[in-house]
Amino acid sequence: MTAFFFYIFATITVASAVMVVASRNPVQSVLFLILAFVNAAGLFVLLHAEFLAMILVVVYVGAVAVLFLFVVMMLDVDFAELRQGFQQYLPVGGLIGLIFLVEILLVVSTWAVSPEALRVPIAANPPAEAVTNTEAIGRVLYTRYSYFFQAAGLILLVAMIGAIVLTLRERVGVRRQDIARQVARTPEEAVQLHKVPSRQGLGEVTR
Amino acid sequence: MQSFAASSFGLATPEIIVAVGALVLLMVGAFSGRRATNIVGTGAFVVLLLALIAVAFLPPSKNAILGGAFIADGFAKYMKVLVLIGSAAALALSSDYMEREGFIRFEFPVLILLSTVGMMMMVSANDLISLYLGLELQSLAAYVVAAIHRDDARSTEAGLKYFVLGALSSGMLLYGASLIYGFTGTVSFPAIAEVVRGEAAIGLILGIVFVAAGVCFKISAVPFHMWTPDVYEGAPTPVTAFFASAPKVAAMAMAVRVFVGAFPEIIHSWQQIIVFVAILSMALGSFAAIGQRNIKRLMAYSSIGNVGYALIGLAAGTPEGIQGVIVYMAIYLAMTLGAFAVIIGMRRGDRYLETIDELAGAATTHPWRAFALAMMLFSLAGIPPLAGFFSKFYVFAAAVQAGLYTLAVIGVVTSVIGAYYYIRVVKVMYFDEPRPAFERMAPGAEAVLIACSVVVTLFWIVPAPLVNSAAAAARSLF
Repeated sequence: MTAFFFYIFATITVASAVMVVASRNPVQSVLFLILAFVNAAGLFVLLHAEFLAMILVVVYVGAVAVLFLFVVMMLDVDFAELRQGFQQYLPVGGLIGLIFLVEILLVVSTWAVSPEALRVPIAANPPAEAVTNTEAIGRVLYTRYSYFFQAAGLILLVAMIGAIVLTLRERVGVRRQDIARQVARTPEEAVQLHKVPSRQGLGEVTR
Repeated sequence: MQSFAASSFGLATPEIIVAVGALVLLMVGAFSGRRATNIVGTGAFVVLLLALIAVAFLPPSKNAILGGAFIADGFAKYMKVLVLIGSAAALALSSDYMEREGFIRFEFPVLILLSTVGMMMMVSANDLISLYLGLELQSLAAYVVAAIHRDDARSTEAGLKYFVLGALSSGMLLYGASLIYGFTGTVSFPAIAEVVRGEAAIGLILGIVFVAAGVCFKISAVPFHMWTPDVYEGAPTPVTAFFASAPKVAAMAMAVRVFVGAFPEIIHSWQQIIVFVAILSMALGSFAAIGQRNIKRLMAYSSIGNVGYALIGLAAGTPEGIQGVIVYMAIYLAMTLGAFAVIIGMRRGDRYLETIDELAGAATTHPWRAFALAMMLFSLAGIPPLAGFFSKFYVFAAAVQAGLYTLAVIGVVTSVIGAYYYIRVVKVMYFDEPRPAFERMAPGAEAVLIACSVVVTLFWIVPAPLVNSAAAAARSLF
């Protein structure tokens, strides 16, 4: 059963990855990219790495791919022109692909780079049946690595402050919604009752 | 239950004070808007002073806390004092300038505080992760601060250049860190020092080279200095003063932590990198500065050269060498901040001036200011009995003791060449036709200038406190 799902996910991942490169419309490319991410997440689930699967969906599909979509739709990039050098760059691309292939083969064939390296896990690995891997990450993230967690929080805060400092411009004369004022309005100040004389209309309403 | 001060968090009190202070001031600024700008500025200064007091009360013993990621020892204590003084002085220099130039914002002091937290984390880093996180926190705030005058094209350009090149260097550092982790199996500096003995694996050396490249970028050492003149010239002057002071000290402390803390046994592997970088930095710092007309660019090349001299002490790799680095950075801080206090005071009417020619005849129009700047420049050139002479003396002496004769000789030669451009500025001030007078200095800049002048000119009378505590701080690393 697992093998069946593996082949489904793997086939769709590879096929949609090919379509990302091959499709003419950039919006379709991004949509195929999303399909590839979701299927890769499925592969992670098969490996019992639910946490990575969820992160892949949340971060890559939820944020990165949507950002791509925004960029593709908002910027007027001439993709037909970008494609022109495809033949020309094929040898370089092929070479990089070949290097990747060799590297993957080296990794898979368990070639130990540094036999003298320490092999001391930070904490004893809990049995895989006893805890889910989300729980296992949570156990160290908020205890042993709480310092790093806090520091990363501060870095993100700086990023937020920086974005606001560098881009926010306070415009004058913009009408803003002030909910407190809206709620505080009473019928007396909001509603005017006028007796409209027949056939004359109201004319200019005084406020 | 043990008290807070004695608990492991107690050793991180200065960082906690600055971080919490930054968050509180951010809230104050966000809720009261423009009115609170001055309150936030003053508050940030007070927070830094409180942190300084907290650092003074830290025990000098060596304690690794927070799972071994954060180390509190004599070295960290000393460098944190320097970092806090540098940040506080940069804040004192900034407020008047920013108000006049019309881009004062409450976020600026908050970002300086957060950057200071990052620097203190770098100084106390005891493993590769905390080192990287501290570095990122410091740099990210610095990128924003460089571009804080966002309506000025040069400031924006400076911010963007700094950001792009800084991101590249962070990537290199991270790649090196991953190689080091791969070849040692640990990120903790003491554990790496345990594992790495004898002949280092080639992958490990590659990792050290990449980490060294990242570190060299942060201390703006040649060949990773290209951003420095442009960023220093483009950023608003108080921001330049900040870049040249506290982050330099923190990055130098980080370099010491990495090389001496993690790789003490394979000094021969990294010593040649440091020697190479030091020679190039000293040479470029003295030759390239000769043609500069903008005083901020001149200070940029001066800082590149000074980093080269400080690296001599690191190349020695002995307690004396590290003592030299610490003393060098302490005195460099005073000299740089003093020089920038004068540069910020170069204002006629509403215009801030940056060319060296504008200083012409300052000796007749502003005798004291010109004298103070002349003392800073003579000290940077290393002329006795000013403080700069002693800082150079300690690093050269350490290099000679460690047998690095060539390096010491090259250092002396380049410092003689470098003296030319410092003394040229003094000549412009004292012997050229006077230009119209500058405006009065802002009180903050005046206070910084007086304090730095006292340190630089009177250091030779009582050098013992600074030098002896630096020696103790350096010993805590070995």
